[in-house]
Amino acid sequence: MDQLPALQVMLPLVMAPLVVIVRHPKWSWALATITSFLACWVSWLLLQQVMDGSVIRYAIGGWEAPTGIEFYIDRANAGVALLVSGLSSLVLVYAYHSIQRTVDKSKHYLFYAGWLLCLTGLIGMVITGDAFNVFVFLEISSLSTYMLIAFGSDRRALVASYRYLVLGSVGASFILIGIGFLYAATGTLNMVDLAVRIPDSESPRAVLVAFSFLTVGLMIKAAVFPLHGWLLNAYHHAPIAVTAFLAGTATKVSLYILMRMFFSIFGDDYSFGLMLLNWVLLPAAIASFLIMSLVAIYQTDLRRMLAYSSVAQIGYILAGISLATQQGLTAAVVHMFNHGMVKATLFMSVGCILYRVGNTHIPSLDRLMSRMPFTVVAFIIAGLGLVGVPLTVGFVSKFTLISALLEQGWWPAAVMILVSSVMATAYIGRVIYLMLFREARGSTVTSHGYREVPILMLVPMYVLLALGLYFGIFGSQTLSLAEGAASTLLGGYQ
Amino acid sequence: MNPVWTLLPPLLVIPFIIGFGEAKRNLREGAILVAGTVLFIMNVVIWRATLAGELQASGEIAILSQFSLKLVVEPMGVVFGLLASFLWVVTTVYSIGYMRGHNEQNQTRFYTCFAIAIAAVMAAAYAGNLLTLFVAYEVITISTFPLVTHAGHDAAVRAGKVYIGILMSTSIGLFLPAMIWVATTTGTLDFSEGGILSDAGLSRFSLAVLLGLFVFGIGKAAVMPLHRWLPAAMVAPTPVSALLHAVAVVKTGVFSLLKIVTYIFGVDTIAASGAAEWLLPFTAFTVIVASIVAFTKDNLKARLAYSTISQLSYIVMAALLATTMSVSGGVMHIVMHAFGKITLFFCAGAILVGAHKDSVSQMDGLGRRMPLTMAAFFIGALGIIGLPPTGGTWSKLLIAGGSLDTGTWIWISVLMLSTLLNIAYLLPIPLRAFFKPVPEHEAHDEHGDAPAACRYAIAVTASVTVLLFFFPGPLTDLVSLIPWR
Repeated sequence: MDQLPALQVMLPLVMAPLVVIVRHPKWSWALATITSFLACWVSWLLLQQVMDGSVIRYAIGGWEAPTGIEFYIDRANAGVALLVSGLSSLVLVYAYHSIQRTVDKSKHYLFYAGWLLCLTGLIGMVITGDAFNVFVFLEISSLSTYMLIAFGSDRRALVASYRYLVLGSVGASFILIGIGFLYAATGTLNMVDLAVRIPDSESPRAVLVAFSFLTVGLMIKAAVFPLHGWLLNAYHHAPIAVTAFLAGTATKVSLYILMRMFFSIFGDDYSFGLMLLNWVLLPAAIASFLIMSLVAIYQTDLRRMLAYSSVAQIGYILAGISLATQQGLTAAVVHMFNHGMVKATLFMSVGCILYRVGNTHIPSLDRLMSRMPFTVVAFIIAGLGLVGVPLTVGFVSKFTLISALLEQGWWPAAVMILVSSVMATAYIGRVIYLMLFREARGSTVTSHGYREVPILMLVPMYVLLALGLYFGIFGSQTLSLAEGAASTLLGGYQ
Repeated sequence: MNPVWTLLPPLLVIPFIIGFGEAKRNLREGAILVAGTVLFIMNVVIWRATLAGELQASGEIAILSQFSLKLVVEPMGVVFGLLASFLWVVTTVYSIGYMRGHNEQNQTRFYTCFAIAIAAVMAAAYAGNLLTLFVAYEVITISTFPLVTHAGHDAAVRAGKVYIGILMSTSIGLFLPAMIWVATTTGTLDFSEGGILSDAGLSRFSLAVLLGLFVFGIGKAAVMPLHRWLPAAMVAPTPVSALLHAVAVVKTGVFSLLKIVTYIFGVDTIAASGAAEWLLPFTAFTVIVASIVAFTKDNLKARLAYSTISQLSYIVMAALLATTMSVSGGVMHIVMHAFGKITLFFCAGAILVGAHKDSVSQMDGLGRRMPLTMAAFFIGALGIIGLPPTGGTWSKLLIAGGSLDTGTWIWISVLMLSTLLNIAYLLPIPLRAFFKPVPEHEAHDEHGDAPAACRYAIAVTASVTVLLFFFPGPLTDLVSLIPWR
């Protein structure tokens, strides 16, 4: 049991080369899926251990911190790790059929190896307690993500991947520079140690520079408006399973790191008191959900529409962070989970549509209900979750976020959130409307009936959907987890 | 009795509805009748227990950390629960005749969504806090959407768009923030005696804004300018219009408002602060203008729809006047208007099925062919106008009396003017049917009255409309139990 934190990262890391050695397309899929489920199980066990508020500090190779690298697991990140590994497992099951369509059989092993590396990187970023290690894992996940995106079915995927490569590298370099300055100012890389030493640092200017670089770098990785440029094409052109996985996890992990940095390392007094970060984050958040929701209404491609919606949802999380209160952070964390589940479900159902219809052009979805009822029902329920209808997870997060804003008297921001919710009703409603009813202007594809997708695609989608409904009705469970995470983050390192 | 049981009959009947399907439609509809009867009996049991003063509450499901879903019985809810469950049975009898006589498609989907909506209405009736009420409200909106678009043609789909667009955007854009505002100010959402906002220390301005958010956020109450969904929803099959758009959906809206005024604000808080003053003109405007619009409509269902809008604003006005008398009148008007309006809708459907007519101008001489239907229409019309011998008399009297308590004569004159307009747009219909001769070209049409099942249902609702005039006792007893302060 003591070695669980190491296992969490080593499992996918070791299995990735093994997948390459195996090479057989089906076996490599099976291996990757099993590994992912094991990793998920490990995160579950870890979460159980820290639920009571305790902290696991695991020194890698027996080298104690602050000299050595350590994994630091508490209530704030165990849940995120579970989200990442859980979504990865479900989406991998789903990917079996969908990847056969988009990726050449001879390259399957590379795809699944890349996936495992990406999983390694994301989980590593979450549970590590070392600032430089964050960068290392970030690079592992980023490089494998560039590769995964490039597997997309048409050549635009290459451009998308390249754009992300450029912007992602800029972000990563900013983060590296930030970490470098921090090291120069404090002489340590361990995050707990950093939190202790930053206030007494002899060169506050270096700390300030580090803070700025880290903030901007992480905001690029988290696709915060207006630094979201890479996300749209990447989500649009990547293989849909990759999109479903990334949409649920990648930006969330960066947002988690952002929170850890603002609240635990620099401390809330520095970030929000001295640096007035809320004046940076809140406008970005508001612009993000207002503009991106508005743009989403006018998209003609379903994947692109959902990509815009993702940026908008990141805005909600950021609005919660910018409050820097217990309730605001709770809202941010709970929305990370809830949106992760909802958006992954949505992209999975879009993947089902892609699998049968061949494209995700919105006008070609008319009357889809009669041809693919299970897929459409999943899309509708998850879509209602995105809008925030009661009894779905979206309602839990929206309620928490708005009450957090009102508690601080920031009612104009609350009004903006409601406006953007109404816009979300418009863009989701428009698609649902098309799927259910005939398009008035002459329908195009009514002659041939589509069949439902294979069961292996439906099952993970419905499992995730059921989870979403469960946590929508028994929302106090995720909320109590998020409250724990928020108080841990605000409390800083012990 | 635990009010959560009332959710079970409409939900448990769904597998039977789907299982029997179109192939065994007698069994399917038999199952619904059984469920409806059981539900009504449950509500009667709850009613007796309420009169005996028992506290009846359910457990809680915590969907948010501080706020949970729970059901608690209080007198207002009992009134609504009894009403909706009774009319569900009657409407089912009626729809058996109507849906078959009219050869509607997808009847299984129709009955399924109908049952979900009824379950949600029960949840709204017995909602123990604002959150539960909100959830039930949204479920009603979503589950009735397939009913509005039931016919599937372009007009139905367009109407469905208006329906869901207005109801969803108002509830998310206004109702939800109002609820969260209450939650952050008071830390609770429970319906409690005297209102939870009574000593929350909100300024008069804040109270006025908050009340406005509720009045317009609850789009189902159809206060102008947010009334457009209601006439649009009339493309639905008549039983839907009858139960949902004369009773369940629209009454959920005004019922929510009455409950919010009584148990969230507290009538005294509203009366003392004058928070409702800026909203009363909206309701007065709606009462009058909707009546005038109704007057201009030739399509029978459209006329009834505008009449509903006008009548709903009576109840909203009663709630906003915030005297115990007017709010009691509002609660009673929910029942009185429900029976009157459902009779009218049943008649409209019967005329459509029996005579294939849907316009007022085609009614000439119809009374000779469909005497029972047109007689019932006359009684229903009297109920809406508020003339004896119908129950509508009492509720209108109470609302009018309550409006005098506020010390102005404006609101009572609005009510009286609207009564005159009611007479003008409703009574000509039965008069035409009975006293005008049958037009030449129709002289040889041989059609009888509506299907038997429809006629039974009409007879029941029409007689209850009359009975409520002579025996309003059970209703007033319940209303007198409402804890005001």
